Amino acid sequence: MALNSDFLGRTWPAVGTYVVGREKIREFAASFGETNPLCLDVEAARAAGYPDLVAPPTFPVVITGVAMDRVLFDPELGLNYAMVVHGEQRFAYTRPVTAGDVLAVEMRLTNIRAMAGNDILTVEAEVTDESGAHVVTATGVIVSRGTATEG
Amino acid sequence: MTMAFADVEVGTELPSQDFVITRLDLIKYCGASGDFNFIHWNERISKSVGLPDVIAHGMFTMASAGRVVTDWVGDPGAIVEYGVRMTRPVVVPDDDAGALLCVSGVVAVKNDDGTVRVDLTARFGGETVLARAQAVVRLR
Repeated sequence: MALNSDFLGRTWPAVGTYVVGREKIREFAASFGETNPLCLDVEAARAAGYPDLVAPPTFPVVITGVAMDRVLFDPELGLNYAMVVHGEQRFAYTRPVTAGDVLAVEMRLTNIRAMAGNDILTVEAEVTDESGAHVVTATGVIVSRGTATEG
Repeated sequence: MTMAFADVEVGTELPSQDFVITRLDLIKYCGASGDFNFIHWNERISKSVGLPDVIAHGMFTMASAGRVVTDWVGDPGAIVEYGVRMTRPVVVPDDDAGALLCVSGVVAVKNDDGTVRVDLTARFGGETVLARAQAVVRLR
Protein backbone atom coordinates (compact mmCIF):
# COMPACT_ATOMS: atom_id res chain seq x y z
CA MET A 1 0.00 0.00 0.00
CA ALA A 2 1.33 3.41 -0.90
CA LEU A 3 1.72 5.87 1.93
CA ASN A 4 -0.50 8.89 2.26
CA SER A 5 1.52 11.68 0.67
CA ASP A 6 -0.75 14.25 2.34
CA PHE A 7 1.43 13.64 5.40
CA LEU A 8 4.42 15.28 3.72
CA GLY A 9 5.35 18.48 5.54
CA ARG A 10 2.96 17.80 8.39
CA THR A 11 4.00 18.75 11.90
CA TRP A 12 2.87 17.27 15.20
CA PRO A 13 3.15 19.78 18.05
CA ALA A 14 4.50 18.64 21.39
CA VAL A 15 2.00 16.85 23.62
CA GLY A 16 3.03 17.25 27.24
CA THR A 17 6.62 16.87 28.32
CA TYR A 18 9.12 14.09 28.94
CA VAL A 19 10.92 14.22 32.27
CA VAL A 20 14.33 12.57 31.97
CA GLY A 21 14.77 10.24 34.93
CA ARG A 22 18.00 8.93 36.40
CA GLU A 23 16.75 5.36 36.46
CA LYS A 24 15.64 5.54 32.83
CA ILE A 25 19.11 6.73 31.82
CA ARG A 26 20.62 3.86 33.86
CA GLU A 27 18.19 1.32 32.37
CA PHE A 28 18.84 2.54 28.83
CA ALA A 29 22.62 2.52 29.36
CA ALA A 30 22.49 -1.00 30.81
CA SER A 31 20.42 -2.29 27.88
CA PHE A 32 23.41 -2.03 25.54
CA GLY A 33 26.19 -2.34 28.09
CA GLU A 34 27.15 1.32 28.41
CA THR A 35 29.22 1.58 31.58
CA ASN A 36 30.44 5.17 31.42
CA PRO A 37 30.30 6.54 34.98
CA LEU A 38 28.81 9.83 33.76
CA CYS A 39 25.70 7.84 32.71
CA LEU A 40 25.46 5.92 35.99
CA ASP A 41 27.05 7.83 38.87
CA VAL A 42 25.59 11.21 39.83
CA GLU A 43 28.71 12.29 41.70
CA ALA A 44 30.91 11.47 38.71
CA ALA A 45 28.58 13.44 36.41
CA ARG A 46 28.64 16.46 38.74
CA ALA A 47 32.40 16.26 39.10
CA ALA A 48 32.56 16.50 35.31
CA GLY A 49 30.47 19.67 35.37
CA TYR A 50 27.03 18.27 34.56
CA PRO A 51 23.94 18.94 36.68
CA ASP A 52 23.09 15.22 36.83
CA LEU A 53 23.53 11.92 34.93
CA VAL A 54 24.38 12.33 31.24
CA ALA A 55 22.21 10.39 28.79
CA PRO A 56 23.99 8.24 26.18
CA PRO A 57 24.07 9.87 22.72
CA THR A 58 21.24 7.71 21.33
CA PHE A 59 18.94 8.27 24.35
CA PRO A 60 16.68 10.71 22.45
CA VAL A 61 14.99 7.70 20.81
CA VAL A 62 13.41 7.10 24.21
CA ILE A 63 12.19 10.69 24.42
CA THR A 64 10.92 10.82 20.84
CA GLY A 65 9.47 7.30 20.76
CA VAL A 66 5.95 8.18 21.84
CA ALA A 67 5.84 11.16 19.48
CA MET A 68 7.20 8.95 16.70
CA ASP A 69 4.49 6.37 17.35
CA ARG A 70 1.85 9.08 16.92
CA VAL A 71 3.20 9.59 13.40
CA LEU A 72 3.94 5.99 12.38
CA PHE A 73 0.80 4.43 13.88
CA ASP A 74 -1.58 7.03 12.46
CA PRO A 75 -3.93 4.79 10.44
CA GLU A 76 -4.28 7.47 7.78
CA LEU A 77 -0.55 7.22 7.02
CA GLY A 78 -1.02 3.60 5.92
CA LEU A 79 2.16 2.10 7.36
CA ASN A 80 2.40 -1.60 8.25
CA TYR A 81 4.77 -1.50 11.19
CA ALA A 82 6.02 -5.09 10.73
CA MET A 83 7.36 -4.06 7.32
CA VAL A 84 9.28 -1.15 8.79
CA VAL A 85 13.01 -1.06 9.35
CA HIS A 86 15.16 1.84 10.45
CA GLY A 87 17.16 3.22 7.52
CA GLU A 88 19.08 6.11 9.00
CA GLN A 89 19.32 8.02 12.24
CA ARG A 90 21.12 11.16 13.21
CA PHE A 91 21.31 13.23 16.38
CA ALA A 92 22.47 16.85 16.32
CA TYR A 93 22.98 18.25 19.79
CA THR A 94 23.05 21.80 21.13
CA ARG A 95 23.75 20.35 24.57
CA PRO A 96 23.67 16.91 26.16
CA VAL A 97 20.49 15.51 27.73
CA THR A 98 20.84 15.14 31.49
CA ALA A 99 18.60 13.68 34.20
CA GLY A 100 16.03 16.20 35.39
CA ASP A 101 15.53 17.72 31.95
CA VAL A 102 11.89 18.47 31.13
CA LEU A 103 11.71 18.14 27.37
CA ALA A 104 9.15 18.69 24.64
CA VAL A 105 9.18 17.00 21.22
CA GLU A 106 7.80 18.44 18.02
CA MET A 107 7.66 16.11 15.04
CA ARG A 108 7.93 16.98 11.36
CA LEU A 109 7.51 14.61 8.44
CA THR A 110 9.98 16.17 6.01
CA ASN A 111 10.13 13.61 3.20
CA ILE A 112 8.14 10.74 1.73
CA ARG A 113 9.51 8.97 -1.30
CA ALA A 114 9.41 5.61 -3.04
CA MET A 115 12.69 3.95 -3.98
CA ALA A 116 13.36 0.41 -5.21
CA GLY A 117 9.92 -0.70 -4.12
CA ASN A 118 10.27 0.71 -0.63
CA ASP A 119 8.42 3.63 0.92
CA ILE A 120 10.86 5.88 2.69
CA LEU A 121 9.92 8.48 5.31
CA THR A 122 12.08 11.12 6.93
CA VAL A 123 10.89 12.27 10.33
CA GLU A 124 12.54 15.01 12.36
CA ALA A 125 12.04 15.26 16.09
CA GLU A 126 13.03 18.60 17.59
CA VAL A 127 13.63 18.38 21.32
CA THR A 128 13.52 21.56 23.40
CA ASP A 129 13.82 22.23 27.12
CA GLU A 130 11.53 24.14 29.48
CA SER A 131 13.01 27.48 28.47
CA GLY A 132 12.26 26.66 24.83
CA ALA A 133 15.95 26.26 24.04
CA HIS A 134 16.98 23.64 21.51
CA VAL A 135 18.57 20.50 22.98
CA VAL A 136 18.78 17.98 20.16
CA THR A 137 17.25 17.21 16.79
CA ALA A 138 16.78 13.54 16.03
CA THR A 139 16.30 12.78 12.34
CA GLY A 140 15.13 9.31 11.42
CA VAL A 141 14.65 7.66 8.07
CA ILE A 142 12.09 4.87 8.18
CA VAL A 143 11.94 2.27 5.42
CA SER A 144 8.76 0.36 4.70
CA ARG A 145 10.05 -2.68 2.81
CA GLY A 146 8.45 -3.59 -0.47
CA THR A 147 5.28 -1.57 0.06
CA ALA A 148 5.72 1.11 -2.58
CA THR A 149 3.38 0.96 -5.55
CA GLU A 150 5.88 2.78 -7.74
CA GLY A 151 9.59 3.49 -7.84
CA MET B 1 38.52 12.64 31.52
CA THR B 2 37.91 13.87 28.02
CA MET B 3 40.40 13.13 25.28
CA ALA B 4 42.56 16.17 24.42
CA PHE B 5 42.31 17.75 20.96
CA ALA B 6 46.08 18.22 20.87
CA ASP B 7 46.67 14.51 21.42
CA VAL B 8 44.61 13.45 18.42
CA GLU B 9 45.60 13.37 14.76
CA VAL B 10 43.73 12.50 11.61
CA GLY B 11 44.20 8.75 11.38
CA THR B 12 44.23 8.19 15.14
CA GLU B 13 42.51 4.85 15.67
CA LEU B 14 40.02 4.31 18.45
CA PRO B 15 40.23 1.04 20.38
CA SER B 16 38.08 -1.50 18.55
CA GLN B 17 35.39 -3.43 20.38
CA ASP B 18 33.45 -6.60 19.73
CA PHE B 19 29.87 -6.88 20.95
CA VAL B 20 27.98 -10.15 21.36
CA ILE B 21 24.27 -9.57 20.77
CA THR B 22 21.78 -12.14 22.03
CA ARG B 23 18.00 -12.35 21.98
CA LEU B 24 18.01 -11.31 25.64
CA ASP B 25 19.86 -8.11 24.74
CA LEU B 26 17.16 -7.27 22.20
CA ILE B 27 14.39 -7.93 24.72
CA LYS B 28 16.12 -5.60 27.18
CA TYR B 29 16.53 -2.99 24.49
CA CYS B 30 12.83 -3.29 23.56
CA GLY B 31 11.94 -2.42 27.13
CA ALA B 32 14.53 0.29 27.62
CA SER B 33 13.87 2.02 24.30
CA GLY B 34 10.12 1.43 24.00
CA ASP B 35 10.54 -0.06 20.52
CA PHE B 36 8.62 -3.35 20.63
CA ASN B 37 8.49 -3.99 16.89
CA PHE B 38 7.86 -7.75 16.50
CA ILE B 39 10.85 -8.15 14.18
CA HIS B 40 13.16 -7.62 17.17
CA TRP B 41 11.81 -10.48 19.27
CA ASN B 42 9.36 -12.66 17.34
CA GLU B 43 10.90 -15.15 14.91
CA ARG B 44 7.53 -16.23 13.48
CA ILE B 45 6.53 -12.71 12.50
CA SER B 46 10.07 -11.80 11.34
CA LYS B 47 10.05 -14.71 8.90
CA SER B 48 6.48 -13.99 7.80
CA VAL B 49 7.56 -10.52 6.65
CA GLY B 50 10.54 -11.84 4.70
CA LEU B 51 13.36 -11.42 7.18
CA PRO B 52 15.79 -14.31 7.77
CA ASP B 53 15.15 -14.27 11.53
CA VAL B 54 14.84 -11.79 14.38
CA ILE B 55 17.02 -8.77 13.68
CA ALA B 56 18.61 -6.30 16.09
CA HIS B 57 17.16 -2.82 16.37
CA GLY B 58 19.14 -0.53 14.11
CA MET B 59 19.27 1.73 17.14
CA PHE B 60 20.80 -1.07 19.21
CA THR B 61 23.59 -1.41 16.66
CA MET B 62 23.99 2.37 16.61
CA ALA B 63 24.09 2.53 20.41
CA SER B 64 26.65 -0.28 20.61
CA ALA B 65 28.87 1.33 17.97
CA GLY B 66 28.59 4.61 19.88
CA ARG B 67 30.26 2.96 22.87
CA VAL B 68 33.50 2.85 20.90
CA VAL B 69 33.32 6.66 20.79
CA THR B 70 32.12 7.28 24.34
CA ASP B 71 34.67 4.87 25.80
CA TRP B 72 37.43 6.58 23.84
CA VAL B 73 36.48 10.17 24.59
CA GLY B 74 35.45 9.44 28.18
CA ASP B 75 32.46 11.80 28.17
CA PRO B 76 29.18 10.88 26.45
CA GLY B 77 28.20 14.56 26.66
CA ALA B 78 31.08 15.44 24.33
CA ILE B 79 29.27 13.96 21.34
CA VAL B 80 27.62 16.80 19.45
CA GLU B 81 26.52 14.85 16.40
CA TYR B 82 26.08 11.17 15.72
CA GLY B 83 24.56 9.68 12.61
CA VAL B 84 24.44 6.32 10.81
CA ARG B 85 22.78 4.61 7.89
CA MET B 86 21.64 1.07 8.65
CA THR B 87 22.53 -0.82 5.47
CA ARG B 88 22.25 -4.47 6.51
CA PRO B 89 20.36 -6.18 9.31
CA VAL B 90 22.17 -7.80 12.21
CA VAL B 91 20.46 -11.18 12.40
CA VAL B 92 20.26 -12.55 15.95
CA PRO B 93 19.66 -16.31 16.16
CA ASP B 94 17.91 -18.08 19.02
CA ASP B 95 21.08 -19.67 20.39
CA ASP B 96 23.64 -19.08 23.12
CA ALA B 97 26.29 -17.64 20.81
CA GLY B 98 24.29 -14.66 19.53
CA ALA B 99 25.55 -12.32 16.83
CA LEU B 100 29.01 -10.78 16.85
CA LEU B 101 29.26 -7.07 15.99
CA CYS B 102 32.79 -5.74 15.45
CA VAL B 103 33.24 -1.96 15.63
CA SER B 104 36.30 0.13 14.87
CA GLY B 105 36.76 3.86 14.57
CA VAL B 106 39.24 6.39 13.25
CA VAL B 107 39.61 10.15 13.49
CA ALA B 108 38.77 11.36 9.99
CA VAL B 109 38.71 15.15 10.37
CA LYS B 110 40.01 17.72 12.88
CA ASN B 111 37.79 20.80 12.79
CA ASP B 112 38.85 24.34 13.66
CA ASP B 113 36.25 24.56 16.43
CA GLY B 114 37.90 21.92 18.61
CA THR B 115 35.79 19.05 17.41
CA VAL B 116 36.84 15.96 15.53
CA ARG B 117 34.87 13.69 13.25
CA VAL B 118 35.18 10.01 14.03
CA ASP B 119 34.25 7.53 11.31
CA LEU B 120 33.04 4.16 12.54
CA THR B 121 33.02 0.79 10.83
CA ALA B 122 30.60 -1.84 12.12
CA ARG B 123 30.80 -5.38 10.79
CA PHE B 124 28.60 -8.41 11.26
CA GLY B 125 29.38 -11.69 9.53
CA GLY B 126 32.22 -10.04 7.62
CA GLU B 127 30.02 -7.34 6.08
CA THR B 128 29.50 -3.75 7.10
CA VAL B 129 26.09 -3.07 8.60
CA LEU B 130 26.38 0.71 8.99
CA ALA B 131 27.34 3.30 6.39
CA ARG B 132 28.34 6.90 6.95
CA ALA B 133 28.60 6.15 10.64
CA GLN B 134 30.07 9.39 11.90
CA ALA B 135 30.31 11.12 15.25
CA VAL B 136 31.39 14.71 15.82
CA VAL B 137 33.05 14.93 19.20
CA ARG B 138 34.15 18.00 21.18
CA LEU B 139 37.55 17.42 22.76
CA ARG B 140 39.17 19.51 25.48
